[in-house]
Amino acid sequence: MQQASGHTLKAFDEDIERLRALISQMGGLAEHSIDEAMRCLIQRDLEGAALIVQDDKKLDALEIETEKRAVQLIALRAPMAADLRDVVAALKISGVVERIGDYAKNIAKRVPLLENVGKIEPLSLLPEMARISNEMVHDVLDAFVERDAEAAVRVCERDQAVDDFYDSIFRALLTHMMENPHNIGQSAHLLFVAKNLERVGDHATNIAEMVYYAATGQHMADRPGKSSSY
Amino acid sequence: MTPNHSTITLPKPEVADAVEPPVERNPKMSAESVSVFYGDKQALKDVSIKIYDDRVTAFIGPSGCGKSTFLRCLNRMNDTIPSARVTGKIELDGKDITSTAMDVVQLRARVGMVFQKPNPFPKSIFENVAYGPRIHGLSSSKSELDGIVESSLKRAGLWDEVKDRLSESGTALSGGQQQRLCIARAIAVDPEVILMDEPCSALDPIATAKIEELIHELRGRYAIAIVTHNMQQAARVSQRTAFFHLGEMVEYGKTSEIFTNPREQRTQDYITGRYG
Repeated sequence: MQQASGHTLKAFDEDIERLRALISQMGGLAEHSIDEAMRCLIQRDLEGAALIVQDDKKLDALEIETEKRAVQLIALRAPMAADLRDVVAALKISGVVERIGDYAKNIAKRVPLLENVGKIEPLSLLPEMARISNEMVHDVLDAFVERDAEAAVRVCERDQAVDDFYDSIFRALLTHMMENPHNIGQSAHLLFVAKNLERVGDHATNIAEMVYYAATGQHMADRPGKSSSY
Repeated sequence: MTPNHSTITLPKPEVADAVEPPVERNPKMSAESVSVFYGDKQALKDVSIKIYDDRVTAFIGPSGCGKSTFLRCLNRMNDTIPSARVTGKIELDGKDITSTAMDVVQLRARVGMVFQKPNPFPKSIFENVAYGPRIHGLSSSKSELDGIVESSLKRAGLWDEVKDRLSESGTALSGGQQQRLCIARAIAVDPEVILMDEPCSALDPIATAKIEELIHELRGRYAIAIVTHNMQQAARVSQRTAFFHLGEMVEYGKTSEIFTNPREQRTQDYITGRYG
């Protein structure tokens, strides 16, 4: 159902828009952090990685701000129906986006621990996996802004590709470790990086479900392409 | 201590809220294609609705949408307005109440009403409650009448506040107490349905909360229909909500659904404050 026009009370619209803007801002930061973390990993940029760890505090602060505004909005405006679903979705999404930021931070923290990383073959798959996961995050937050349930479904469908990437990276790293025990340390770190990216995709899917519910009032039917990952 | 999952009992869902009434269950009251005209003006268009006896049904909508007009149809209060004309069928327990054979006095004993402004009789608290049972011959002795007055006041949650001053005038009570006195008066004749037309609009939040708690307690014993401008109140007290707009009933469904996921655009616009 569409939001036909603005509220009779204009300040209500402003409050909701401000909340949505906060989510967009958080999403932009989280995307940037994932991108940067991968670049630092490939290019062995230790300074850049330290900066990402630092920047995570901004996301934490924005999450707190979102929660504060959402609670205020519920208390002062008593939102109903689509408005209520919107506010609850914003509240939940902010928590998930903050978590995505944590994954970026976690990847960045591994940068100094990975030496000679360029020689490990599975590394070539990671940037592409990161690109898809990040795109999912980007598109699902666009879907939230546009209240576009169909776009949210399309994001869910892409999660399978991320899971497939994870599965092949997992196998490749396992082989790599078996070939030479010296590789185990590096490979384990890269496995965690891949796992983090896989979780980012999962979280984008979770957000998609929240967007779908906020937009339609229905829960997304058992989402397609759900597979087990290790 | 870690909780043992096998011993955790999930809270039971609110029966009336979670479960659809079985299809075969008879409604307490049902209206079919009810229209009301004031002179030439049609105030209510083809409203059909079923009211069940163990739930609270709320009627919401903007001013002039017909919700009070509809409520007043349910015990033929519109009969008192000379220019009003009601068409359609309204049944109480399957019996047509609009027929001339229906005794209106009896009907109003079975379908009681509480109004927007508390309107106790200018008589003692005791007499306010005793009046109905007396004229309907519900008691055969003074002690029986005393019993009815006491139990009605208790059910209305007023007994403890007035038991030592039953001979004082009902109009000397506070607004909230007066309204509860009116509810006690309504239930003294042991009605089956209670209609409430904005029962809290003249009350402060504490008195409102007491009336809402009372509605919650009375549910199950009586079918209750309430008209309210206060959407939060409808959300708090009712299990069913009907939204009226320009004389039409736009949507009728579970309160929890209406307020989280209405089907109709007009309902959505109204309850989210986008109307007009």
